[in-house]
Amino acid sequence: MKLQIRDLQVRFGEQLAASATALDVDAGEIVGLAGESGSGKSMTIQAVLGLAGTAGATVTGSIKLDGVELTGMSAAELRAIRGRRIAAIFQSPGLAFNPVFRVGAIVTRALRQHGLSAAEARDRAAAAMRSVLLPPELLHRYPAQLSGGQLQRVAIALALALRADVLLADEPTSALDVTVQAEVLEVLRELRDSRGMAILFVSHDLAVIAELCDRVAVMRAGEVVEQGVTREVIAAPRHEYTRELLAAVPKLDG
Amino acid sequence: MIRLLKANQLITAGGLIVLLIFVVAVFAPLLAPYPADAGSATHPENALLAPSLTHLFGTDQVGRDVFSRVLYGARISPVIALVVLLLACAAGVPLGVAAGYFGGAADEVIMRVTDVFLAFPSLLLALAFVAVLPASLTVVTIAIAITWWPWYARLIRGQAASVAGRPYVEACRALGIPRWRILLRHVLPNSVTPLIVQVSLDAGGVILTISALSFLGLGAQDPVPEWGLMVAEGENYFTTGWWLVTFPGLAILITALAFNLLGDGLRDALDPRRLPAR
Amino acid sequence: MTRYVIRRVALALVVVTGVVILTFVIAGVVPGDPAATWAGPHASAAQVARARQYLGLNEPLPVRITRYFGGILTGDWGVSVHTHNPVLSDIGTAAPATIELVIAALIIGAAAGIPLGLAAARWPGSILDHVIRVGSVLGVSMPVFWLALILQLVFAQRLRMLPVAGQYDPNLMFSHPLVTRTQMPVVDSLISGNWPMLGSTLSHLILPALVVATYPAGVVARITRAQLLDTLGETHVQMVRSLGFPERTVVGTFAMKLAWNPVAAILALVFAYSLVNTFLVESIFDWPGLGSYAAASVATLDTPAIAGITLFVAIVYVALNLVVDLVQAALDPRIRLS
Repeated sequence: MKLQIRDLQVRFGEQLAASATALDVDAGEIVGLAGESGSGKSMTIQAVLGLAGTAGATVTGSIKLDGVELTGMSAAELRAIRGRRIAAIFQSPGLAFNPVFRVGAIVTRALRQHGLSAAEARDRAAAAMRSVLLPPELLHRYPAQLSGGQLQRVAIALALALRADVLLADEPTSALDVTVQAEVLEVLRELRDSRGMAILFVSHDLAVIAELCDRVAVMRAGEVVEQGVTREVIAAPRHEYTRELLAAVPKLDG
Repeated sequence: MIRLLKANQLITAGGLIVLLIFVVAVFAPLLAPYPADAGSATHPENALLAPSLTHLFGTDQVGRDVFSRVLYGARISPVIALVVLLLACAAGVPLGVAAGYFGGAADEVIMRVTDVFLAFPSLLLALAFVAVLPASLTVVTIAIAITWWPWYARLIRGQAASVAGRPYVEACRALGIPRWRILLRHVLPNSVTPLIVQVSLDAGGVILTISALSFLGLGAQDPVPEWGLMVAEGENYFTTGWWLVTFPGLAILITALAFNLLGDGLRDALDPRRLPAR
Repeated sequence: MTRYVIRRVALALVVVTGVVILTFVIAGVVPGDPAATWAGPHASAAQVARARQYLGLNEPLPVRITRYFGGILTGDWGVSVHTHNPVLSDIGTAAPATIELVIAALIIGAAAGIPLGLAAARWPGSILDHVIRVGSVLGVSMPVFWLALILQLVFAQRLRMLPVAGQYDPNLMFSHPLVTRTQMPVVDSLISGNWPMLGSTLSHLILPALVVATYPAGVVARITRAQLLDTLGETHVQMVRSLGFPERTVVGTFAMKLAWNPVAAILALVFAYSLVNTFLVESIFDWPGLGSYAAASVATLDTPAIAGITLFVAIVYVALNLVVDLVQAALDPRIRLS
């Protein structure tokens, strides 16, 4: 099991922001984390990245990557893992890139941060861009010069270039047009199939989750209330909250 | 609202001190032990006494009680500053509204004029005016107001321009509502908040400018108890009479500080982008 | 980029034109008779009339404005009433001292302000943060003439740690004469390797520079902190953190690069304000710069000199604004692209 979360609790003082008794993501699968805004999905991602502390939260429980315990690791150890083994992409790709840096500069700096030489970094970046079907020349552009869909794919290329095993996707398509969304989803599927990435796909949009994810966990008010194979959960939801979410999805009936 | 004020220490601190200054200004005749000293009374036999219980801040070179004069000074600089800013708004707001709302040629012309005025640092322009005219607080007031109006014209222009472009304004025009009414009921109310913030932020700077000009001898004249003038008068006696310069200057510092804190606090609290302080 | 440059330069020229006109207006506002001032208090009526003719005061207004303009462009800025030198040459003599002081103050201000702002943003809400915030507001609220007097009294006269006034110790001129090239004693002693003189000039520079530096330090600290705090909440900072960069790189390299913009935006304003503060402080420290020249001109109602100084500062300010805008556009792609 690539990523294994057990008895996770993320708290702000007394307030519980996110909790998961059990959440697994294996290599070569996409697991969806569904729920409304504010249900704690983003904090879960922050916790896995080891960044919950920066936001002022305390984390208890177990997060294992390939069997190795992440909680309790030193800051230096976590920094080695961040980006290199576990990568993240965010909602609003237009905001996820520092506007005064060329996108390529961020990519190469990240690669060099994790030990590559300048030449290696450039090659990997170019190769990764081609994998997401973008011309490497786009790396010379500033974020303002790229579309949302392109930026999101650059972010994914970054994860690829770093050779991350796990990708945490925080509402990556929520800010994109439907057609662009389809392209990004296709890239994610490609990552799962050909690279065997373990992908945690967080979203409030059940329709997208139904389309993309192999398994799904439903989160409500900071707690995972139901999880299982997507097809089964959608066909026969056990928790009433899941039923509410499903009912809220607009349907294209004839 | 009260909760907001309590949560924001800046507004509270700044606001309290400003209130204190206001109280001192109003009640100076009652608070000052020697009110006549703030006028033309002199007591040469008491010259240059060090601070003591009878004279909290000591006496100056003609025997006047420094404490009383500092208290009376609260009636000068802060009040002048507010008058200056009022004048600056009176000139700047209409021009800014005209520029922002009507746009086009009016906008270009007014903006170029503000550019020209803004090319001069405020104190310098005021200095130039005041230097060539007979020195008095009236001249200082007008001169500083002349240097400050462009900021408000710019500020209001921005507000007016952004409101002018909004769909609901177009809807109003389509309904045949006259321009002036749109200005009055939509543009101006939106501009009041940033204006208040800007005024409180600027008050500190204006006070510093006023006292600087008086320090140079271009503003208040003896025996007016203006703080900057008092510092200048005390400069010659500074080595032996440190209190002559220290206390009036401290008053300037505290007043400017208070307005700046208040302005900062108001800006933080009223900025729509910002959340209330933790 | 080229179009932006052309636009900005054209705007600057328009503003300078307006500035010259405004200066002319100010100079014309003087009550009293410039001819009488020029001729002196004991002049006869005939001499005053001749002075009026000489000064061209009998001409109609449009002619006077045009001649004024022409004069400005060709370097004729009038003659100073109290020194009887051409105003422009007086300014040329006095300016370097002021520039030396302002630049020293700005360097100190930035060198103090940026790290302080960074530290305050790095540990928000801490005691350090509060101290820095209060300090910055104090810096911005400081009456510099008062601070100058106080520091002069404490450090120069009472503690005798630093010299009281002047740009350097005049006695040193005999043993280690200073070769004047740039008219800025610190620079001159540095480039000629005159170490004793360098020490003297630096020790004379420190106190006035520190006084003038309080405002820039306060402003820069405040803006850096505010901008960093704003930036640190943004997604792109989260993103960079998630890539495994150490916090000091996240704040110091990535977030900081966004802070330069607002700092640069107010740089010209801070310069102008500091320049004026320098004027105030010069007479207290016997610093032979534009401020002292201005003080003397004001005392003698030397209108051409006052007008000349005002014009000079305004032109420098416009030029500086232009340079800062162009540099900003070069550094921040968003400005060019808009």
